[in-house]
Amino acid sequence: MNEYNFAYLDEQTKRMIRRAILKGLAIPGYQVPFASREMPMPYGWGTGGVQVSAAVLTPEDTFKVIDQGADDTTNAVSIRKFFEKTANVAVTEETGEASVIQTRHRIPEQVLTEDQILVYQVPIPEPLRFLEPSEVETRKMHALEEYGLMHVKLYEDISQHGAIATAYAYPVKIEGRYVMDPSPIPKFDNPKMEMAAIQLFGAGREQRIYALPPYTKVVSLDFEDFPFEASKADQVCGVCGAEDSYLDELITDDEGGRMFVCSDTDYCRTRQGNIT
Amino acid sequence: MSPLLQATDISKFYGSRVGCQNVSFDLYPGEVMGIVGESGSGKTTLLNCLAGHLKPDTGAVLFDTRADGMQDTVKMSEPARRMLSRTDWAFVHQHARDGLRMGVSAGGNVGERLMAVGARNYGQIRAKATDWLDRVEIQVDRIDDRPAAFSGGMQQRLQIARNLVTGPRLVFMDEPTGGLDVSVQARLLDLLRGLVREMELSAIIVTHDLAVVRLLADRLMVMKDGHVVEAGLTDQVLDDPQHGYTQLLVSSVLQV
Repeated sequence: MNEYNFAYLDEQTKRMIRRAILKGLAIPGYQVPFASREMPMPYGWGTGGVQVSAAVLTPEDTFKVIDQGADDTTNAVSIRKFFEKTANVAVTEETGEASVIQTRHRIPEQVLTEDQILVYQVPIPEPLRFLEPSEVETRKMHALEEYGLMHVKLYEDISQHGAIATAYAYPVKIEGRYVMDPSPIPKFDNPKMEMAAIQLFGAGREQRIYALPPYTKVVSLDFEDFPFEASKADQVCGVCGAEDSYLDELITDDEGGRMFVCSDTDYCRTRQGNIT
Repeated sequence: MSPLLQATDISKFYGSRVGCQNVSFDLYPGEVMGIVGESGSGKTTLLNCLAGHLKPDTGAVLFDTRADGMQDTVKMSEPARRMLSRTDWAFVHQHARDGLRMGVSAGGNVGERLMAVGARNYGQIRAKATDWLDRVEIQVDRIDDRPAAFSGGMQQRLQIARNLVTGPRLVFMDEPTGGLDVSVQARLLDLLRGLVREMELSAIIVTHDLAVVRLLADRLMVMKDGHVVEAGLTDQVLDDPQHGYTQLLVSSVLQV
């Protein structure tokens, strides 16, 4: 423990990140540039989320990490171990126990409370990026609220697939102002973003932080005649029988066998405990 | 009748070199003005200054906005100018690729301006895009094809549809027929002439092709070395050129 400063980053760096976080909270949905550091893991593995977590963790916190909803996948295990080692904080797999939850691509099924912080790992923070390659231009578009282009993407979806086929990283508008990429969470999770917990988004490679204060209004973009739909597989969980949770499809053999299970492992385990 | 666009003393310098100097004119509603001259004479610089793509070093460009009457677009705030450029203005580039989103379908290209001004009904956007593709003579069943799959002439017509869909009042065109073969040019000109008359558009057309202005323009400005050397009614300038350069220009046209 003595080898590292608390939570790996030095205090000046954490202060710099906290300033970016506070600015992000003050302007919900606005992408705040920050001086992202090299972390001892490759870009794309959650370097942004890790830096945000490092900046908000205190010794009293209980930390949970999920990757696609699961606590026991490589990314989640590595990051959890990283903070166990460098910050010596308590860790948990139970959503309700955690005070800081770092997540990759999911929001936990259990409703979060005002005492919790949800930290997202973000690969590409700019929702307009694939339509407009110029950063100068996209920043201008955000500044001037020129968001027509975002609907062009949805239009293309409908004209090609007959429905809005964007299933993850579904663009949202924050408090009627900034259009934001919610990170690649399934659009099933979009309605959950109006929550009691603080939500922080960190993109390490792209050097951006953005944030949502509690109870911020989050509206998923859509057309009048093609309204937003929070979709999931039309099945129940093959393990716990949940009808309301987001499901992963697992291939079980090479003969077409498949089953659907909750992507949120903690939620599924809790429900199994209640059944037996 | 009051002018739609009033340009006074527009000058633009690139360091010590002259882009265009002391250009003034009025453009009235429904009028089409041609700007001709050789390459490097400052035509495109002038057009970009008028359309707000370049900031002129001196001068004012007054535009009769719907809401607030005459406004100087040079001094206007950037959001207001960008709003103008996607509502009351349209800009047709010489190369369709500069004016189109090549990765977006034809329908999406036409619909973009509608969505940019707040259209949020897919059915209505699609219907309007279909209507406009038809008006510019692009087969309606190609609405979901990307512009990359279109011929040069079709791309240019698509660019025109994309620009006119919000019903602008002023269209800037930079060599709209450049790089197209003559039969396609003729069709495009015919189409443009029809649309300009039908929608009572005002237009400023930059070209080096005198046939284009003969067909489309009511009035003509001849530019050389950044200066306007002659201006007047199209027929008058082309049939009875006064300035030496205009005489040279007119006599340079090949007679078939």
